[in-house]
Amino acid sequence: MPLYREGSLQPVADTGPAPLPLADWLKAPTQAVALANTDQPDELSTHLGRLKLIVLAFPKFTDGRAYSQARLLRGRLGYRGELRATGAVLRDQLPFLLRCGFDSFDSDQAGFGVALARARTLFSVVYQGAADNRATVALLRLRRHHQPATLAAD
Amino acid sequence: MPDTHFYHYDDFDRTLVAERVEQFRDQVRRRLAGELTEEQFKPLRLTNGLYLQLHAYMLRIAIPYGTLSTRQLRQLAAIARKYDKGYGHFTTRQNLQLNWIKLEDAPDAVAMLAEVDMHSIQTSGNVVRNTTADHFAGAAADEIEDPRVWCEIVRQWSTLHPEFSFLPRKFKIAITGSPNDRAAVRIHDVGLRLWRNPQGETGFEVIVGGGLGRTPMIGKTVREFLPKDEMLAYLEAVLRVYNRYGRRDNLFKARIKILVHEIGIEKMREEVEAEYAASKDGALKLDPQTIEAIARQFAPPPLPHRPAIAGEVERLKLEEPDFALWLKSNTAPHKMAGYRVVTASLKPAGAPPGDASSVQMEGVADVADAYSQSEVRVSHEQNLVLPHVAVEDLPAVYRALGRLGFAEANVGKITDIIACPGLDYCALANARSIPVAQRISNHFANLAQQHDIGDLKIKISGCINACGHHHVGHIGILGVDKNGVELYQISLGGDVDFGRTALGDIIGPAVGADRIVEAVDALVRTYLDRRDAGERFVDTYRRLGVEPFKESVYAAV
Repeated sequence: MPLYREGSLQPVADTGPAPLPLADWLKAPTQAVALANTDQPDELSTHLGRLKLIVLAFPKFTDGRAYSQARLLRGRLGYRGELRATGAVLRDQLPFLLRCGFDSFDSDQAGFGVALARARTLFSVVYQGAADNRATVALLRLRRHHQPATLAAD
Repeated sequence: MPDTHFYHYDDFDRTLVAERVEQFRDQVRRRLAGELTEEQFKPLRLTNGLYLQLHAYMLRIAIPYGTLSTRQLRQLAAIARKYDKGYGHFTTRQNLQLNWIKLEDAPDAVAMLAEVDMHSIQTSGNVVRNTTADHFAGAAADEIEDPRVWCEIVRQWSTLHPEFSFLPRKFKIAITGSPNDRAAVRIHDVGLRLWRNPQGETGFEVIVGGGLGRTPMIGKTVREFLPKDEMLAYLEAVLRVYNRYGRRDNLFKARIKILVHEIGIEKMREEVEAEYAASKDGALKLDPQTIEAIARQFAPPPLPHRPAIAGEVERLKLEEPDFALWLKSNTAPHKMAGYRVVTASLKPAGAPPGDASSVQMEGVADVADAYSQSEVRVSHEQNLVLPHVAVEDLPAVYRALGRLGFAEANVGKITDIIACPGLDYCALANARSIPVAQRISNHFANLAQQHDIGDLKIKISGCINACGHHHVGHIGILGVDKNGVELYQISLGGDVDFGRTALGDIIGPAVGADRIVEAVDALVRTYLDRRDAGERFVDTYRRLGVEPFKESVYAAV
């Protein structure tokens, strides 16, 4: 499946290490692992520093378990390497995927690269803190309250 | 000064809703151009409130915590007139549904909503839905605290939540701030009940896993007392447990109630508390200033002092028996002396429950502008509420509502029926609901008789999805289809009042559509014959059990 990263409208070459399924990876940890969406992200914690790529699965685009896995990996476990969405990955999921910390995407959908380039511009305000560390509306309101003059800077 | 006494959008809220409209416009364009399949488009349109029904698209508009300004209500009337057939249907989840929307018009319709700080975001789909509240919030005499402050905080947090936009199934939250629960918190995926503990602090009882549908369940308490500023941290823990472990293999077993039922409330509590403890880094703890800034906007309107007793009201009570009945059933105590909370009944005899035409919506807006601080509420019982009416103004309000057909003195009575849209509108339904409601309503139209029968809640659903809440009706009626024939199953003894929440018991075989009025009539006669003084229908049923009721029904049909 074509692989996309932000910064390129066209698919990019997949030159990284091949991901192992969790059970194999646990026996011999390498730089890349692919989790089923029922796997526990905690199981990666002991060798997390070794990982450069974690692939999370969307067996159907309506199956949202991997969003929670992504939040746990990026948030609680502090994973900073590449986080890839694979399976049924469609452009209209991008605002959510990006906010949960995904940064590469396997997708068959036509126009995916163009949509990816625009995805961060669709919503200029967010209500929730997430893996993209954007300032929430609540935070911006507090800042405005304390420094009304700098309103335009936000 | 804002024109409302509830939350008003700031530029952040407006920007988000406007951007959402543009996103949806692009999605509709791509669907019409064939770039999106119906399967791909479906969750996108659903999370913008657009259903595909039997005859057309239906747009479900969120009315957060059931609170509307008259400006908003007038805009809803205008949208219904421009894009629908000039009427709308108020639902049991404090939403408004327009049943005849064209797909190509839908983006313009939601853009009109945005003009008055409203939206249809997440009124459908497997997401956190519109959070509902006590429709008397901010006005009720028995209130501990206004629950709408917390509903608004949930609204913002849940809107386009990046982690919880593809849940196993829909997720409904209700919040009440009164000991007399008018928000049915025990039949929601999560119910939050504000209460004051022995130390004098207010916090939430967190209830999880309630719901009706084909597997009705009463919610269970997962946390007795949660500090209010921890609400979002705790909700996020509940949602994360549900998103990860809720069943996705079977649509009918995907609600959180099934997860709670299968693993048990103790295990559920353990999971939620562990998730909550692990994420307690403070990021979701609500800042006191944030709470305060939202709470301030729900400050009650400055109501001038008005007399608690008015000569005109006393005179009219004696002259017009219907007015006296209306005072009893359609007005409720207000927290301030000299005022009442008025319910405009959207159930005049023989009318489809919850329907209002654009003209009627505008009429209610006029009454609210003149007599109720320009504010209107939508109740989950599908009526409209004028929250702040001076006692002195009651005769004028009664007459004005009467001209609209909304002054029927039947709130809480046998003709104040909750019914889903049913087979006439809904693609899921097996049987019609509204015509059944209309026939029962006509049969019991006499107001004095209705008041003699007393409080009796009839709830009708056209299929087991239970949008008409039949499980918790004192009399529940469920439409079923048997070899192409519409039949109705009757259950008795359901209740949603807090502390008494119960699911009804099915009395026996379903009855034919043409015998349903006779069946209800037999139930009522049995109650009238056997009741003790002061007993409601449901109390008599509890005391006597099903037998006498069952006998009379099957003798009559």
